[in-house]
Amino acid sequence: MYHFTALTALVAPLDRANVDTDAIIPKQFLKSIKRSGFGPFAFDEWRYLDIGEPDMDCTHRPKNPDFSLNQPRYQGAKILLTRRNFGCGSSREHAPWALKDYGFDAVIAPSFADIFFNNSFKNGILPIVLSEEVIQQLFEEVDANEGYQLTIDLPSQSISTPSGQVIAFEVDAFRKHCLLNGLDDIGLTLQRAVEIKSYEDARKVSMPWMFNE
Amino acid sequence: MAGKTLYDKLWEQHVVSMDANGTALIYIDRQLVHEVTSPQAFEGLRIANRKPWRVSANAAVPDHNVPTTERSAGVESIEDPIARIQVQTLDNNAKEFGITEFKMNDIRQGIVHVVGPEQGLTLPGMTVVCGDSHTSTHGAMGALAFGIGTSEVEHVLATQCLLQKKMKNMRIRVEGKLQTGVGAKDVVLAIIGKIGTAGGTGYAIEFAGSVMRDMSVEGRMTVCNMAIEAGARAGMVAPDEKTIAYVQGRPFAPKGDIMTRAIAAWKELNSDDDAVFDAEVVLQGEEIEPQVSWGTSPELVIPVTGFVPDPEQETDAVRANSIRRALDYMGLKAGMAATDIPVDVVFIGSCTNSRIEDLRQAAAVVKGKKIASRIEMALVVPGSGLVKQQAEQEGLDVIFKDAGFEWREPGCSMCLAMNADRVPAGKHCASTSNRNFEGRQGAGGRTHLVSPAMAAAAAVAGHFVDVRTVMGGN
Repeated sequence: MYHFTALTALVAPLDRANVDTDAIIPKQFLKSIKRSGFGPFAFDEWRYLDIGEPDMDCTHRPKNPDFSLNQPRYQGAKILLTRRNFGCGSSREHAPWALKDYGFDAVIAPSFADIFFNNSFKNGILPIVLSEEVIQQLFEEVDANEGYQLTIDLPSQSISTPSGQVIAFEVDAFRKHCLLNGLDDIGLTLQRAVEIKSYEDARKVSMPWMFNE
Repeated sequence: MAGKTLYDKLWEQHVVSMDANGTALIYIDRQLVHEVTSPQAFEGLRIANRKPWRVSANAAVPDHNVPTTERSAGVESIEDPIARIQVQTLDNNAKEFGITEFKMNDIRQGIVHVVGPEQGLTLPGMTVVCGDSHTSTHGAMGALAFGIGTSEVEHVLATQCLLQKKMKNMRIRVEGKLQTGVGAKDVVLAIIGKIGTAGGTGYAIEFAGSVMRDMSVEGRMTVCNMAIEAGARAGMVAPDEKTIAYVQGRPFAPKGDIMTRAIAAWKELNSDDDAVFDAEVVLQGEEIEPQVSWGTSPELVIPVTGFVPDPEQETDAVRANSIRRALDYMGLKAGMAATDIPVDVVFIGSCTNSRIEDLRQAAAVVKGKKIASRIEMALVVPGSGLVKQQAEQEGLDVIFKDAGFEWREPGCSMCLAMNADRVPAGKHCASTSNRNFEGRQGAGGRTHLVSPAMAAAAAVAGHFVDVRTVMGGN
């Protein structure tokens, strides 16, 4: 299970709207039956000049110098700054697996697609929604200042910039609780097994057609 | 007190409990499982020594990775060893946990979102989930259906429940009547063009109005399928007599007295007259023209009589940037007519448009004609073995083959190109699928989303044409 409390880290910009999960991790890597090893293939089609295939050794593949994440100044970034509707498209959890494996612990955007947003929390990635104006300001600051870092503090729900500006963000109380405590969703739900069983038994009587036993 | 929406009713019927913060534990009636998003979920169960909560709530089918060419040897027919292992893993997991599976050589095998309704596994009033965003398709039956990630697949396997907050309500009414040659795909593309790919984010969308009422159940599936392309995890249509007729007699559908009781309950599944929606959108059916997507997001769509937009005319800088990037990727020029876009590849298939009615519509356009000489590949991939069988009984396979199409085995195929079916780099594909993202149908491939009739017409012409003009002779 994943914990998230606070993070001070380098920020990498990805200045595109509607970044879809096919772009985050292309389909050919979805054939894996594992949860790990997707990091080297994150953003594969934008990141490399050749076509990636599963199990490839990526260390010597030709990189696209125009792709922001390939720039030396953004190596080691743990915070991704991007534009609206990030993570749209496919429900593939391989997308947050790839981002996490790449090294990202947080993604900051004006908006996220619902399924990706949900999947992120389950993999220890904190998706943070800020206004378009603040996002624009952060893009400008990242661009102007090499080594630009942000501090994200989940307990106080705030981001601090190098100049000392403090930006508040919203996070669902339950999800915050789970991230802070590294809780296992399934374990939590199974504590309510009696309630689920009782609901199910009543449903078998009221709507028997729902059960094809 | 205001009335309830269809979504409100479906939600309330499934709440097991709710905390003060509004996070609810909701009960899941049906989980559909495919090979790509389930191996890690089953592995999680094994590691934690957990068993499925209710085995019979699940059904499995391989679809994403399966070859669409000759495959009588079943899973052994998959040449790609990594893909073969993934399908074998599904077979093994289904066997180990006792889950019903429609394997590769079973005539019931097909795309999970075609198979669910076809088998009667999807019923009105159900909550239906699958590790696939196009699970919204099943909402066409009057179900609350949405895609989930692999962690949630495991959660549903282990607990039969999900933790969720209620979504907001949106109603999209399509009123009036559709023109001849305009279908469900055009309706949903026009909706996405109007509200954008994030327009439905955070909402459950109910599709309503006379056009939706007049539409077949299969057409409603096409519309609900692409709710996710408008950002909404769930799309739905209130069940009616057509829905009931569709369900009757399907293998997993209820029978006898229980069916009679079910029908009575399903008739209550609709939005009350005084229900309040958080957002409402209205389209006029007569105004919807055949649609063609030109860019790399489903919202970048124009009527076939329209022109590719000019980023210089766009006031929103982020959107202008997206248009510029899309023009570059697609190799198109601002201002060019949709009908001047060339077509090299044609794909008729996917969970959006691979049902029997889709194939009939496409076949009606190509009947007695030949595909254009510039077309390098034209595939028809039926949504399931049963759809394929039905089409063959109607002679549709012969019509397609005579025109120059390849008639394939069922699967997701070129919609996402996980198997060998791909659009080559730089080539334009008229595709009846749902996503035109960069590289979606193959690295460098250029996807144009269209209806089956429009794809068929483009195959014959070698470029996009207004299918209304070629249907006159039929």
